[in-house]
Amino acid sequence: MTYIIQGETGDWEVVIGLEVHAQITSKSKLFSGSSTDFGAKPNTQVSLVDAAMPGMLPVLNEECVAQAVKTGLGLKAQINLHSVFARKNYFYADLPQSYQISQFEHPIVGEGTVVLDMPDGSTRNIGIERLHVEQDAGKSLHDQDPRRSFIDLNRSGVALMEIVSKPDMRSPEEAGIYVRKLRSILRYLDTCDGNMEQGSMRADVNVSVRKASTDDLNTRCEIKNVNSVRFVMQAIEVEAQRQIEVWESGGTVDQETRLFDPNKSETRSMRSKEFAHDYRYFPDPDLLPLRLTQDFVDGIAAGLPELPDEKKERYMSEFGLSAYDAGVLVVERETGAFYEAVVAGKRDAKKAANWVITNLFGALNARGLGIEDSMVSADQLGKLLDLIADGTINGRIAKDVFEVMVETSKDPGGIVEERGFKQVTDIGAIEAAIDEVIANSPDQVAQFRGGNEKIAGWFVGQVMKATQGKANPGMVNQLLKDKLSS
Amino acid sequence: MTDLTDLTIAAARDGLAGGDFSAVELAKAHNAAVASAKKLNAFVVTTPELALEAARASDERRAAGNTASAMDGIPIAIKDLFCTEGVQSTAGSHILEDFVPHYESTVSRKLKEAGAVMVGKANMDEFAMGSATITSYYGNTINPWKASDGENAGKDLVPGGSSGGSSASVAARIVLGATGTDTGGSIRQPASFTGIVGMKPTYGRCSRWGIVAFASSLDQAGPMARSVGDAAIMLGAMAGHDPKDSTSAQMDMPDFERGLGKGVKGMRVGIPREYTVDGMPEEITALWQKGADWLKNAGAEIVEVSLPHTKYALPTYYIVAPAEASSNLARYDGVRYGLRVEGETLDDMYMNTRAAGFGPEVQRRVLIGTYVLSAGYYDAYYVKAQKVRARIAQDFKSAFEDADVLLTPTAPSAAFPIGANEQDPVKMYLNDIFTVPASLAGLPGISVPAGLSSEGLPLGLQLIGRAFDEVTVFQAAEALEQAAGFTLPKFDLGEG
Amino acid sequence: MALDRETVQRIAFLARIRVDEERLDQIAGELDTIIDWVEQLSEVDTEGVEPMTSVADMLAPQRVDQVTDGDCRDKILANAPDAFDGFFTVPKVVE
Ligand SMILES: [Mg+2]
Ligand SMILES: [Zn+2]
Repeated sequence: MTYIIQGETGDWEVVIGLEVHAQITSKSKLFSGSSTDFGAKPNTQVSLVDAAMPGMLPVLNEECVAQAVKTGLGLKAQINLHSVFARKNYFYADLPQSYQISQFEHPIVGEGTVVLDMPDGSTRNIGIERLHVEQDAGKSLHDQDPRRSFIDLNRSGVALMEIVSKPDMRSPEEAGIYVRKLRSILRYLDTCDGNMEQGSMRADVNVSVRKASTDDLNTRCEIKNVNSVRFVMQAIEVEAQRQIEVWESGGTVDQETRLFDPNKSETRSMRSKEFAHDYRYFPDPDLLPLRLTQDFVDGIAAGLPELPDEKKERYMSEFGLSAYDAGVLVVERETGAFYEAVVAGKRDAKKAANWVITNLFGALNARGLGIEDSMVSADQLGKLLDLIADGTINGRIAKDVFEVMVETSKDPGGIVEERGFKQVTDIGAIEAAIDEVIANSPDQVAQFRGGNEKIAGWFVGQVMKATQGKANPGMVNQLLKDKLSS
Repeated sequence: MTDLTDLTIAAARDGLAGGDFSAVELAKAHNAAVASAKKLNAFVVTTPELALEAARASDERRAAGNTASAMDGIPIAIKDLFCTEGVQSTAGSHILEDFVPHYESTVSRKLKEAGAVMVGKANMDEFAMGSATITSYYGNTINPWKASDGENAGKDLVPGGSSGGSSASVAARIVLGATGTDTGGSIRQPASFTGIVGMKPTYGRCSRWGIVAFASSLDQAGPMARSVGDAAIMLGAMAGHDPKDSTSAQMDMPDFERGLGKGVKGMRVGIPREYTVDGMPEEITALWQKGADWLKNAGAEIVEVSLPHTKYALPTYYIVAPAEASSNLARYDGVRYGLRVEGETLDDMYMNTRAAGFGPEVQRRVLIGTYVLSAGYYDAYYVKAQKVRARIAQDFKSAFEDADVLLTPTAPSAAFPIGANEQDPVKMYLNDIFTVPASLAGLPGISVPAGLSSEGLPLGLQLIGRAFDEVTVFQAAEALEQAAGFTLPKFDLGEG
Repeated sequence: MALDRETVQRIAFLARIRVDEERLDQIAGELDTIIDWVEQLSEVDTEGVEPMTSVADMLAPQRVDQVTDGDCRDKILANAPDAFDGFFTVPKVVE
């Protein structure tokens, strides 16, 4: 299932690497005590330090360090006990210091891996190159005034993790799955809320193309600040197309930063920012090198939650779920918890998985709801499974009961009672129904007796109909056989 | 009653304690001195009303029996590199001309809380980049000293720099003490040029929070005063750990006066033979030798030490300091404070603002710093300089195995006339050749007035100590001071 | 001369300092003198020497994650040459 683009000169493949900026979950900023809350009035969450007033100095937030280490461990990555904050120097309207405090030669986290769960149940390993901690910039508003841009520094100094992948992805789909998986891991770890609408996660996408099944390394372009999974995938598609056209028309792709325009569905060059950039990184003399102890790292490792990959493994081995079902259930920590509450250590795990994935997710998606606002509780769904298991209702009825549960959020037991969904298991009632069907269908009886065994199924259907589906299918089959063959 | 502007801080402290005069009288006398010495141009801003207000508060504290410290009621000048709440803080630059901070630097706040009375913001080289206080946007400061003899007799002389407003105002008895900052010699060299005491403490001893940054890995605040004892008293009020400065040392504060009066018997004084330059006047070498003899006669043991990389300190400094400055000064972009010169585009505005706001020397250093950090040159210049810096620091470590303190000249010359050395940057930079090494190593250094040049101008000797061993430095400096018996003349500052 | 007009133009733009054409040669000269002078460092053997970025031999101090600052917009904007409606402003930026 490799992603191939047919060009005039032959088949092309795309090489993708992602740099994801994830906002670290913390109360205060990376180097100052001002709040990180989203959506405050402009410049109300700005300290003298964030505004780069003369003589102001940064002091490192210990929580941000711990969060970065935690994330590194979650990415199965090398934690560097010695790391260095460096200044990345460039002038821009939303960058008060005119340098960003980041990490360059010595990031806090080194190489790691993210495992992608592909739709066919297979997995792909994507390499992590590094993770470093850095400051976010402020925000520019360009549409408020004819001749000026307005600057809001509330975001200025908020802590970010820049998570850089290796160029291991080969299709827009893989890139999309990668971003979702990364988001899932960060949310499990509580190190980033993964809220892309609010910009807590943004991706810089590096794209290059090459003739299929070659190892050519062609010039790549970086598409900056793509803020949704869908756009990441679209941006890669159109950028790959553009580059192929450039190469095939005899041109060359030049390395540059580009911007994705979802409306026009095209990428365009950002020469403005590109021109003569030379960041002049050097170690920030206001901050001393960051040294961590192995004990500190081990302490964080000891407190790590079960992560999606491990949970998936467990669901497959412990519950015998398929890779796909397990993969779907573990994407969000909350869905996994819900599912395990349904199983509650006693119920049929496979049936439970089916009900959660097919019926519950179906109902939630139809209403655009998340698991947290499910109208059916795990306990209620569990009780429904019990009613099926003990024969109170059959599978067909159960679906109707579930529909009512979704509408009313009532317990399945009560619904079955008041709506008379109870399964008919009283022989007399079933025999009466059968006798009536036999009486009204002489021809079919004759065919059956004439050796047409297949028609038995038709009788079952008739009897179920006569009992509004409430008859116990097992009993119907048995009694029908006896009566027809007598 | 004695002239209040003649007192040392110690004497003023005792006079205030003994009720001989009030803080208000002291403040009035110094406000008057400030007003009468305008021609020195030692101040960017004067704050006589604030001074009186602070003095009144000081007298009330004293009356109530809760005097804050030895500095309570003492009139001082604050170098204009320190941000002072509600008082214009310009760093000697046009780009910060109208800047009025809403915060107080940690060091000036500590002095305030200690009761010190600020009479004004002292003039300085723009962003502390200079050795003569001639690069200030607010005009150069004039040294109260005049050459009595030789080609420069009668000419206006520079007060040294960058803390030239501080050195001139202390020497001219306009204040009892002043804060300075020292990145490569900006406290010690002007002290030497004006016949006063200037101490650069160990890097990390005084908080850098609220001091306009020049070169973050070198900048250090310190006291300038008319006696070693006064410098020790004043440093006690300035120093201390500050959680707002990540490079501020988490060390308990010694009593800096502890070593005073103890003498130097048995102290090992190292003489680094490399501290000399071609063309250095013989009289400076002679004074240096005299200083060694004084300490020897006072019971110290003189030892020869070697600091082999001394000659590389200055070029190292002129890579490291401009590199850091080019980044530290990038925030002056016309957006949040200070000068703004409009332009069509954002870049036009930046370039217009910074071309108009920075003077030639600042522009020169920002460009040099940008160059040595730029792609392809970083390793050749910046990283190389940081390695040589490590060698220089190592030199001092080994030297301090054989010596407790080092004695050197403070500067290779006495004060020179305004206008001299201005055409040749490198020649100007050589002023700091003896002060820069200790700055690169982060070590405490003090300049003590030790004698006069043939022209009748003051010359200082420098003592360098181990990291965080200011106590020993003050102790040796006091011995030097007593032996030298240097006396600061009274200057005629009549309007002219 | 290692440090020529073009270099000065390039670094002057990086530093966002407008340098008029007619001053380029003079500045190039000054900077080149300084660079020639600092190049004597190449004589120093620094084989295996760790670059010294700070003299403070201590670890980076860290603060606890608490909101202790901000919420002082007036102070932040007080010195701004062209603040408007709670914002800083710059000449319009087109992206
Ligand atoms: Mg990046
Ligand atoms: Zn980044």
